[in-house]
Amino acid sequence: MQRLALLVPTLLGLSVLLFLWVRALPGGPATALLGERATPDAVERINALYGFDRPLVEQYLTWLGQLLQGNFGTSTRTGRPVLDEFLVRFPATIELTLLALVIAVGVGIPLGYLAARHQGRALDHTTVGASLLGVTIPVFFLAFLLKYLFAVQLGWFPSAGRQDPAMIATHPTGFYVVDGLLTREWDAAWDAVAHLILPAVALGSIPLAIITRITRASVIEVQNADYVRTARAKGLRPPRLRRRVVLRNAMLPVSTTIGLQVGLLLSGAVLTETVFAFNGIGSFLANAVFNLDYAVLQGFILFIAVVYAVVNLAVDVSYGLIDPRMRVR
Amino acid sequence: MRTILKATAVTVAAAMALSACAASERDENEGEDGGDSTSSGRDTFIFAASADPASLDPAFANDGESFRVARQIFEGLVGTEPGTADPAPLLAESWEVSEDGLEYAFDLKQDVTFHDGTPFDGEAVCANFERWNNFTGVLQSESLSYYWQKVNGGFASSDVESLDGTGKYESCTAPDEHTAVITLASPLPEFISALSLPSFSMQSPAALEEYGADDVGGDSAAPVLPEYATEHPTGTGPFVFDSWTRGQEVVLAGNPDYWGEQGQVQRIIFTVIDDPTARRQALQAGDIDGYDLVGPADVVALEEEGFQIVDREPFNILYLGMNQADPELEDLTVRQAIAHAVNKEALVAQTLPEGTEVATNFVPPSVAGWSGDVETYEYDPERARELLAEAGKSDLTIDFNYPTNVSRPYMPTPEQVFQSISADLEEVGITVNAVPEPWAPDYLDRMQGTPDHGLHLLGWTGDYNDTYNFIGVFFGAESNEWGFDDPELFQMIGDARYQTSVDDQTAAYEAANEAILERLPGVPLAHPVPSLAFSPSVQGYPASPVQDEVYNVITLDD
Repeated sequence: MQRLALLVPTLLGLSVLLFLWVRALPGGPATALLGERATPDAVERINALYGFDRPLVEQYLTWLGQLLQGNFGTSTRTGRPVLDEFLVRFPATIELTLLALVIAVGVGIPLGYLAARHQGRALDHTTVGASLLGVTIPVFFLAFLLKYLFAVQLGWFPSAGRQDPAMIATHPTGFYVVDGLLTREWDAAWDAVAHLILPAVALGSIPLAIITRITRASVIEVQNADYVRTARAKGLRPPRLRRRVVLRNAMLPVSTTIGLQVGLLLSGAVLTETVFAFNGIGSFLANAVFNLDYAVLQGFILFIAVVYAVVNLAVDVSYGLIDPRMRVR
Repeated sequence: MRTILKATAVTVAAAMALSACAASERDENEGEDGGDSTSSGRDTFIFAASADPASLDPAFANDGESFRVARQIFEGLVGTEPGTADPAPLLAESWEVSEDGLEYAFDLKQDVTFHDGTPFDGEAVCANFERWNNFTGVLQSESLSYYWQKVNGGFASSDVESLDGTGKYESCTAPDEHTAVITLASPLPEFISALSLPSFSMQSPAALEEYGADDVGGDSAAPVLPEYATEHPTGTGPFVFDSWTRGQEVVLAGNPDYWGEQGQVQRIIFTVIDDPTARRQALQAGDIDGYDLVGPADVVALEEEGFQIVDREPFNILYLGMNQADPELEDLTVRQAIAHAVNKEALVAQTLPEGTEVATNFVPPSVAGWSGDVETYEYDPERARELLAEAGKSDLTIDFNYPTNVSRPYMPTPEQVFQSISADLEEVGITVNAVPEPWAPDYLDRMQGTPDHGLHLLGWTGDYNDTYNFIGVFFGAESNEWGFDDPELFQMIGDARYQTSVDDQTAAYEAANEAILERLPGVPLAHPVPSLAFSPSVQGYPASPVQDEVYNVITLDD
């Protein structure tokens, strides 16, 4: 509860910074919107329409006041409420980041663990080398490479979007994989998964590499800890020892890392979604930057911050599950 | 482990419970389409759009993506001659204009029905015109009724003084089922041309009423479109609306009751891919059948891979502006020297797509007011040097503004255009001071909002076949971009606009174009060709300079 309460001043501070940052971007949305048709009159009209001509403090307070009423403003580019635009696209990004996270965690933890158990041998060296490569390759480059190879050249996976446009599918929730399962349109569910794989692999690459390295380092450390040696001396059988003592203790730094990776995933989604024309919040945000769509920038980044804060709160809480000593009284 | 199992069991149970309420809608869809649900078949045409349409009600739209969809669903009284910008009969089979240019009698096509089964007749025509003219409140904001405001000039009544009763439209009567007579308060010679815009499509009065087409909520900053504009667009065209998933796709189905040729395509899917590279790759991967705005750099590569490139006849202009607020450019002799120094042929060959024409006027040749008698300022570096010496500016230094990181249909690579022209200028002894800036907002702000620029690159793509749509936009009044005040020229262009007879108007526009090139506020450079790309199976795409492209004429090979 205390932690939850801390969120409020954090977000308030963020809202001020965000507002100032967005307004500090050169130029304004009016010319971006009007293009060749912009005359000084038209620019003035747009600025007056959206209140961009009023003092900054007044603009901020107006925005904050609207925020508190659940009004996130209107996109100057699409003319639709920011909240609507967000809600339409958020399921796509959740599906994508979740799958990326599943790949990163599902592959990263076992791989790191195996590398640690075979420390100094070929498997370990390969894993360390590969994870170094994984961290250094930029997400958009990997995305582009994967797409070019597996979608354009080999044609194994679709190149763009979330669903084959020619497929008639029912979408009650907006989560396409879930939709396919719920409505028993199995082909649609599979098609949605196929659309997710390449972007999720690209997006998950950096978190995967980081999680692998952290797991490896953490397991090695715990393996050599005194209490592990004691437990072994007391005759705890190796499989039980590994599961109950080593892995559980090694997971603490890993879970912190996973929480932090969510931020990386959400920012990586901006690039990955653009490359794969995946219509989530990332690609929309990228366009908003280009069009100086103030309300969208402010609203979307605030949403992302909230998601990030909530996920890390959940990670904090999960410490308690992994290690009873960490439970907050 | 047991906890995980338990959690999984609960999740599965919950999912199964939910799936009972989330029934597939596929069966009824299949019934409607009568088609295969998963394979694209060969009656489905998938086209990549760069964005969602802004509105499915074309009266509230002015963007290319909305128009692309609207062209399939709707038809106007006037269409265009295939492959040209010239007006041609569509829902009106013919029309007669009264002597004074105030009365237009349209003879309407018979036996045409809207998608909702209601008849298209004189009453329906009048209902549409009355609707546009009686827009009130939010509907009068420029983001919604842009073209009605632009063409008509106002509304029946408005809170804004400049729009209050200032429109040219006066009344509409339907003496019989097959005739509609529009009366104007004062002449509007571009009326017929303008009617070919999708914004002036004929919509079903019954559907407009039923789905509350004019019940736009919100305010002018954030209009909330009604059900009609998002779910029930109802026209007379060869395709009927099926569904729109925001950020994903718009789906249309063949209209079985279409009055004309229905063609092979029975399903159109406009899938949204906003990144140009992603569009190209989607075509290469076989995920789409075609896309628009192909980058010049991609044209050759795609052709080599066996894809088809279809060119539209250019309906645009790229020019080199010479701002006379810059003291160096105030002198006509200097401007003439610059015009003679620019090698347009080389520029076109080196930096613009194949098929691009060199420009001599500020309007493309397909527009009626284009003149073959304008001063053309042939490439002649020697003459340029002489003129500079004559003006006493042999060691001229000049600012050259150009935009970066932008690709416009009329200017795919501004940096290259700048390089080419600036080399030509250096050749005759002019020192060029390069001023590159990002397109939006810096560059546009500087061009339109300040007098602080010298030579600059800009252009325009026309809306419909009308000279005023080009030179009126540029030279209709004093502006920051050009930095000159020439009431005589402004008057000339304004007078030409209001000539009642088409012949007189064409002559007046030709004279205006000649006058502009004499005064030489800028150098018309080129009319670059916009290209579309298609998979090899797509035949007969009806490329049009004004993008009047309806897909019922497309054929798809297996």
